[in-house]
Amino acid sequence: MSEKLKKILVIVTATIIAFMSLMPFVWMVFASFMKSGEANVYPPKLFPDEFVLTHYITLFTRLNLTRYLINSIVISVGVTFISLIINSMSGYAFAKMAFRGKKQIFNSLLSAMVIPGQVTMLPVFLMLKYMGFINTYWAIIIPGMASIFGIFLIKQYALSIPDSLIEAARIDGGTEIQIYWKVILPLCKPILVTLGIFTFMGTWNDFLWPLIVMTDSSMYTLPVALANLMGEHTQDTELMMAGSVITIIPVIIVFLALQKYYIKGIMLGSVKG
Amino acid sequence: MKSKTKFSALLLFLGPSLGVITLFFFIPVIAAFSLSFSDFDIYSLGSWEYLRFVGLKNYIDLINDPLFWIALKNTFYFVLLGGPLSVGVSLGTAMLLNSKYIKWKGMFRLIYFLPVVTTLVAVSIVWRYIYHPRFGLLNYVLSFVGIGPVDWLGDPNLAMPAIIIMAVWKNFGYNMIIFIAGLQNIPEELYEAASIEGASGWQRFRNITIPMLAPTTLFISVITMIGYFQLFAEPYIMTQGGPLNSTLSIVYYMYQEGFRWWNIGYSTALAFMLFIIILIGTLIQFKVQKIDE
Repeated sequence: MSEKLKKILVIVTATIIAFMSLMPFVWMVFASFMKSGEANVYPPKLFPDEFVLTHYITLFTRLNLTRYLINSIVISVGVTFISLIINSMSGYAFAKMAFRGKKQIFNSLLSAMVIPGQVTMLPVFLMLKYMGFINTYWAIIIPGMASIFGIFLIKQYALSIPDSLIEAARIDGGTEIQIYWKVILPLCKPILVTLGIFTFMGTWNDFLWPLIVMTDSSMYTLPVALANLMGEHTQDTELMMAGSVITIIPVIIVFLALQKYYIKGIMLGSVKG
Repeated sequence: MKSKTKFSALLLFLGPSLGVITLFFFIPVIAAFSLSFSDFDIYSLGSWEYLRFVGLKNYIDLINDPLFWIALKNTFYFVLLGGPLSVGVSLGTAMLLNSKYIKWKGMFRLIYFLPVVTTLVAVSIVWRYIYHPRFGLLNYVLSFVGIGPVDWLGDPNLAMPAIIIMAVWKNFGYNMIIFIAGLQNIPEELYEAASIEGASGWQRFRNITIPMLAPTTLFISVITMIGYFQLFAEPYIMTQGGPLNSTLSIVYYMYQEGFRWWNIGYSTALAFMLFIIILIGTLIQFKVQKIDE
């Protein structure tokens, strides 16, 4: 094969795959602006005859989407911030504090990661039910407050902080909390951003757990609301596409803004393997 | 030598995380294990006095439950076909983007990665319409090559393949990123030396790329397998487990038994079966990798 032919082949393949990756999103966006019924024709149309906002208006007025959007934002932001604090304190302790059984505790945490989350779902559900947290934000926030993966990520990063820095702060009379807050956290900023995006997106996109603990429709997160809407509005293709656009846009924005940190996180997470 | 940290500091720094993980992970694992030997159901939910120890009954019932075997078969179908396909596409696209012919690598990488970050429920809905037998985009494209119209999600033989295609589309970008890094760690000299000795492109791939990527591939295979065993949202949104239970997965069945019918004892037994299967699968992958070396 000649060099030139090879080059064309590679570029054409890459372009076709890019096209296939984007096509569902392109269609989703355009269909969301079509008039009712316009997406259900043969041959399928890519562009709407006329851009209409009807479905977005319906979603935000009649179908209460504002409420679900707020639920999703409060839960995702809440889990992200609380878990960042708790995981970073823990990761720092595992990296820099000396205590008995540290290695054993850390290793048992790591090996527990092979247990799939579904195993704990029923008991956690029952616990939250008896505590009265079902159908509250806490049902998602509390179990999400600490994560083994998060602790691991922070610990690996914090190991690279020189001990002398911490010693110096201690000699200056800093308490443990002050050292953590004023020395460790600022130094850990890149990994905190990385872990923050992972947590935010994971919580935003999660489906099974919110589906289980949010049974009252006013507490639905966007994915649960969307799945529920699908049951009643299967024929309203354009409306469902508008709902999908709204659900996806926030994660796309976060990803595009911070993609460098996200990609780095994938690499850090895979180093261990 | 570092001095021992004061207990109060440890309690402050480790207490919250270990407390949450113990209370909401370790204890529930033990509780789930115990519940799987009980007949915890909707009556016990009201009052504990209806709770009885039933020994291995739930596990024996599982083995005699045809739906469990169907769910198991479907899940294995998804994992064993979808898993390798995903890893293959990830490796293929990683090599493509690693090629010297591609300019704007960052842009391609970004586009390939977009499906990964988007909400699974939303893209499952979008794909449900793409698969529509009459108005769907896919059948329209296929009509140009004389195929169709295919009832993707309505045909019991095609529903799972359709879900696999979507899953590969959604996930390949993640592993691609890891593969790209793995490829960049292979010293260029290896390929140059092989070229001088007249090795073909395939030989270089088989004798340099594959062995050098082995640890990366093992890691990717394990995380992909674990993730794929937990199939749930795609069938929930796209097929509701149908048609004819052809897309009912283990987690979907567990969800139905546990949270629809409140057969909690039975459902936790199902969850434990899933855990054991994942554990065995992981061990097998490590073993196979060792033999290869």
